[in-house]
Amino acid sequence: MTDIPHLQRPNRALQFYAALFLIVLYVPILLIPLFAFNDSIYVRFPLQGFTTRWFVELWDRQPVWDAFGNSLRVGVAVSIISTILGVITARAITRYRMPGKTVLVGFVMTPLIVPSIIFGVALLVVISRIDLIRPTLYTVALGHVIVCLPFAVATLIPRFEGFDASIEEASADLGENGWWTFWRVTFPGVMPGIVASMLLTFVISFDEFVMAFFLSGNEVTLPILIWSQLRFSQQFPSILALATLILFFSIPLILLAMWINRLGLAPGQIEGDGA
Amino acid sequence: MTTSDAFISIREVSKYFGTFKAIDTVSLDIAGGEFFSLLGASGSGKTTLLRMLAGFEPTTQGEIHIDGMPMSPVPPHQRPVNMVFQSYAIFPHLNVRDNIAYGLRKAKLPREQRYAMVDRMLELIKLPGYGLRRANELSGGQRQRVALARALILRPKVLLLDEPLGALDKQLREQMQLELRALQRKVGITFVFVTHDQEEALTLSDRIAVMEGGRILQVDTPGGLYEAPRSRAVASFIGSMNFFAGQVRRNGAHDAAIETEGLGTITVPGDSLRHADGAAVQVALRPEKFTVSPTRPDGRQAVEGQLLNAAYLGERSHFYITIPGRNDPVAVSAQNRSRGSGLGPAVEAGGTVWLSWQDDACVVLDPE
Repeated sequence: MTDIPHLQRPNRALQFYAALFLIVLYVPILLIPLFAFNDSIYVRFPLQGFTTRWFVELWDRQPVWDAFGNSLRVGVAVSIISTILGVITARAITRYRMPGKTVLVGFVMTPLIVPSIIFGVALLVVISRIDLIRPTLYTVALGHVIVCLPFAVATLIPRFEGFDASIEEASADLGENGWWTFWRVTFPGVMPGIVASMLLTFVISFDEFVMAFFLSGNEVTLPILIWSQLRFSQQFPSILALATLILFFSIPLILLAMWINRLGLAPGQIEGDGA
Repeated sequence: MTTSDAFISIREVSKYFGTFKAIDTVSLDIAGGEFFSLLGASGSGKTTLLRMLAGFEPTTQGEIHIDGMPMSPVPPHQRPVNMVFQSYAIFPHLNVRDNIAYGLRKAKLPREQRYAMVDRMLELIKLPGYGLRRANELSGGQRQRVALARALILRPKVLLLDEPLGALDKQLREQMQLELRALQRKVGITFVFVTHDQEEALTLSDRIAVMEGGRILQVDTPGGLYEAPRSRAVASFIGSMNFFAGQVRRNGAHDAAIETEGLGTITVPGDSLRHADGAAVQVALRPEKFTVSPTRPDGRQAVEGQLLNAAYLGERSHFYITIPGRNDPVAVSAQNRSRGSGLGPAVEAGGTVWLSWQDDACVVLDPE
């Protein structure tokens, strides 16, 4: 009757489940931009009409710009630091035979399963005990590096694993020491993973709330600002406008990171210097 | 060969991985300009020994000297050796020219000179004009040549090759064997070649070390290994071999006799026999050393047997012949000089045939 193999035949129940899953996941998110363009300070149906005034209002608010600048600075620093640490960790995990390797990997990955509120409280306790350190953007960045490192490592390990160890040996054999071998062979080989890791950790840091809540002092990041503004109902639509902007900025960045990470060692991607 | 004219000298070298003994007190001398092969099955330690020459695996005990210099304090990137890897390890992000020129960074040559050197290498490996091709545009055989050029451009004292032909199909492999041998004669560099393929080792090498279980069983020329193996392991690893248990009956100045299971009392040249009178030995005879004939040949040692099985392979035929006093059939390989298997249609399976051999074809070995 049909030439579709049995296992590949469409399953109605599964299709329905998949559709339902996507609706539950994404419809609430889609409501945010919907109300950000709604000409009313109340979030309710029916919609009142199209406006961009919440975005204009957002544009004129200095605290938003300050928080944006803070988040940007923290995000860039965190993406660079956690990716460097991630490269070192992933290389060590994939290249060296060492005792207790699984335990070490477990420790690095712990922040994925330990609630960040626990890490946040713990770090705050430590910081408040040391007189020289006050909660600042630096402490936020420190907290974010802890949160981001597992993502960096998880992104980079497959890169290093897919990287033939004999290529590094060949470089050593042709006269290059460890440092030059890393820059001439290893780094170009894992480059897509590094870019993906930087994009991913930047977005995670930019959107992170819990650590920033505990560890930021007077300088707030954007998620903290959003949270603090939720009390004021007249400002709610402009917060929705802000959330809309963050959404439209984060999602493409994550997709870009995923796409870059899937790139093989595409020809022409990184040009060697010859010799 | 004495130690003094050895270019590579391996002295009582052992290598442990944890408690596993990968290399067990190996001593070996390799002369300058020699094409030397390490032959063994997987796990025999041949690749480990090669990687120790390259410096990737430190020696647990013993010392390796290359050109008179002890190698244990020298890291891989400072050793006067270059390696062709089994996987070729072509740098995937560089084109052919940049791959070949990779090791020239420290030479600080002007670009034109560097590229001229690469072009000469491309001529040598018969890939002229391939400089700007990407690594992933090359076939297996081409990658293998690029890996070779990348190593040879640095004019190493020793070139190490780790089963470089293993990934190629049979035809390309045979062609590359000839090219590799010609190349080695041309550049005059000492080649240390690792392979599990005995035919390849016999074709290419000046000398071969047969390895098993981290030890060297025998070092000899291809002819020496094939015609005069010193142990059953070597005899059965290189080519195929029939073994006959026996006992020395006379150990005189000239000919000696050995009483064997199956072949009767045979005579062997006296100078080839080291064993004392009465000693248990094994007599080894290669399949092609036998002559099969439908009737008893004149003037040679011969036994009568039954043809169990015959396989016609075109250029040669294989016969399995049962003889009284021996359980396993004797394997015989005969060239088909005339059309057909040479035995004629008269002899079918179960028919009577005569096996004969020459005295000096027998190899006498210690018993197991």
